[in-house]
Amino acid sequence: MGRKINYDEKPKKGLGRKAKKQPPPEIPKKLQEQRRGVKKRRADDRKAKAKKIKLKPINDSESEIDENSIASELNMGLDSDDNSIEDKADDLFEGNSLSESEGPDGNGADRNENGKHKSSDSDDDDDDENEQDDDASDNDSDDLNDLSLEEASKRLVKKKAKIERQAEEEMQTNILDSERMHLPTAKELRRDQPDLIASRQRVKDILLVLGNFKARCEPGRKRKEYIRLLSKDLCFLYDYNEFLVQKLFDLFGTNVVEFLEANEQSRPLTIRTNTLKTRRRDLAKSLIERGINLEPIGAWSKVGLVITDTQSIPIGATPEYLAGHYMLQGASSFLPVMALAPQESEQILDMCAAPGGKTTYIGQLMKNTGCLVANDVNRDRARAVIGNIHRMGITNCVVSSVDGRKLPGMIKGFDRVLLDAPCSGTGVISKHSEVKSSKDGKDVQRCGHIQRELLLAAIDSCTASSVTGGYIVYSTCSVLVEENECVVQYALKRRNVKIVPTGLPFGNEGFTHFREYHFHPSMKLAMRYYPHLHNMDGFFVCKLKKFSNTIPKPPKEDLPETAEGDNEGEGEEEEMDTENKEAPKKKKKKSNKGMKKST
Amino acid sequence: MRPLTDEESKQFFEKLSKYIGDNVDVLIDRPDGKYCFRLSKDRVYYVRESVMKKAAHFGRPCLLSFGTCFGKFTHSSKFRLYITALDYLAPYAKYKVWLRPGAEQQFLYGNHVLKSGLGRITENTQQYQGVVVYSMKELPLGFGVAAKATADCRRADPMTIVVFHQADIGEFVRNEEELT
Repeated sequence: MGRKINYDEKPKKGLGRKAKKQPPPEIPKKLQEQRRGVKKRRADDRKAKAKKIKLKPINDSESEIDENSIASELNMGLDSDDNSIEDKADDLFEGNSLSESEGPDGNGADRNENGKHKSSDSDDDDDDENEQDDDASDNDSDDLNDLSLEEASKRLVKKKAKIERQAEEEMQTNILDSERMHLPTAKELRRDQPDLIASRQRVKDILLVLGNFKARCEPGRKRKEYIRLLSKDLCFLYDYNEFLVQKLFDLFGTNVVEFLEANEQSRPLTIRTNTLKTRRRDLAKSLIERGINLEPIGAWSKVGLVITDTQSIPIGATPEYLAGHYMLQGASSFLPVMALAPQESEQILDMCAAPGGKTTYIGQLMKNTGCLVANDVNRDRARAVIGNIHRMGITNCVVSSVDGRKLPGMIKGFDRVLLDAPCSGTGVISKHSEVKSSKDGKDVQRCGHIQRELLLAAIDSCTASSVTGGYIVYSTCSVLVEENECVVQYALKRRNVKIVPTGLPFGNEGFTHFREYHFHPSMKLAMRYYPHLHNMDGFFVCKLKKFSNTIPKPPKEDLPETAEGDNEGEGEEEEMDTENKEAPKKKKKKSNKGMKKST
Repeated sequence: MRPLTDEESKQFFEKLSKYIGDNVDVLIDRPDGKYCFRLSKDRVYYVRESVMKKAAHFGRPCLLSFGTCFGKFTHSSKFRLYITALDYLAPYAKYKVWLRPGAEQQFLYGNHVLKSGLGRITENTQQYQGVVVYSMKELPLGFGVAAKATADCRRADPMTIVVFHQADIGEFVRNEEELT
């Protein structure tokens, strides 16, 4: 005989596989009382709605109510998905409670049991009910007793939020109505001590008033008075002179405080990889090994890195810096060179090159082909350019120290010209805080004058007959319109150039009109950058294309003395003026005229 | 701006050959254009001809630099090689010295290299031979002159100088006025 094998089924030992499921939640007694009318199904919802509608008009005949209630009960019975006996019993109980009232009922004990059972049933029913409960927004308080725990809590939260919102609005209207800002008179101001906190509050208040002047101003006080007091307070708070604050207020309006705040903090430290000697990836790796935390500057640049944490390591003295692997450069300084887009084997001029960040960027983009001329009027600063180009390994560069306005007389025929003009520096206040108090109208005018002359010289150094180029990029680290759009407008009138898109991936558009100035419509292709919006120094970049080498006759206002100019050029000058205001198409006509004249 | 005279050329190339030996021709005949040496204000510049032509537009007071400055003729007509020539000398260097990480900073401050800082040295380096100094990561740091031959270096005790400092990249920060 063989070994005896037992074919009986072995009794199951242990808890079993499904025992691992989470046990049903135990609801504390406190909350159980609220679960009196636990809604389970759509049918219940329908029934409850019907009951509520019927309950409202008390004058209606009771017979209808009874009929409906019975009918809904029957419907419920028919429609019930769940065939369990317990549920049916619950529904009947529910129906009873609804027909009576919403108060506590005698079936408290049963209710509790039902509540427990209900909680153990599937949660799908609850989800359905949730959606429907959101619709029934009326009679919130009435529903609370009928709903499940979750809906009840959600309703409570919503109610609370609504009450809070209403209270807030009430408060606001109260503030507006009762607490209008009182603009202190000159006497009151003289009497009070200069107070930082009071000034700050006053600035906020005035900005609020200016936001909706008609509604919020004090009767009898003019807008000018508010603005004057605002500029006084801002001067006091941030150490500016009145001229500059007024200019900034004209530019930014009620956002001026953000700009001023941004100028109090410094911009993040950024470096530019020298692609002639290394790659950004390798540079990042070696700097991280030294303990410097950095990350790529953004999607718009493949060579920029922003230093988040230096760990007290001097960034300007690491062996990588000394070997010329990177250059310390502000993020905004990348932009004019990106707009210039220098190509290999071109002749490029950088008119205001010191200290050499943009020059070396141009050199690395050219890959040491062609010829790059870097000029700066200040001899000592030009020597910084020499140091940087040698360190970075730029070999195709000539460094000169000549007044930029005389450059076209010495050398011409460049494919591209970059003019990073000297300016008042209102965009770099975070780096040079002396700008706040030292610049006034005369400085801005002087800067503007030099910028105009330099831009004309830059245009003259460039040649329109260049195969690949003919571009001039004008950039400043200033946000004032007098140094930016006005200068470009001046050049548009006096030379055969037109504004072309910079190709930069972000930035604000240039102004086509600003207070009393009106500019050419293509001025919106220029780019403006602000510290409080872009987290880089304030900048202006404009790309011009030269389409003819001839110089047109200057417009009428420039020839007050010469008699010949009055007679000869009058007709053409008028035409030129009108053409300037119209589309660039007509400029080509002007150039043809110019060409004809020369031949 | 003018080309080098014979005497000046002789001195200059002699100095160069101390570091790169006979590879001087490589500097002159290059695939990406014709390069030449020019003298301006006692400084020798190494530059491509096309760039030189552009530089010729500027007069002596205006022109500060063109191409790469290799070095300067001193008052006593001796030629001194500057660190700015490193990019061209390093690839063709015959004798090299590698420094340990600790000694890098010392060399960059302008100090001589001690035996304790010496990582590697090419074989058959003679005494007073011009060498190019590297870091262990193959980053060129500057030039020097070997104070001892390779064999002597091995036997020397840790505190002796093995390489005299001539030029290092720290000068870009320490000594910018001199270079420019």
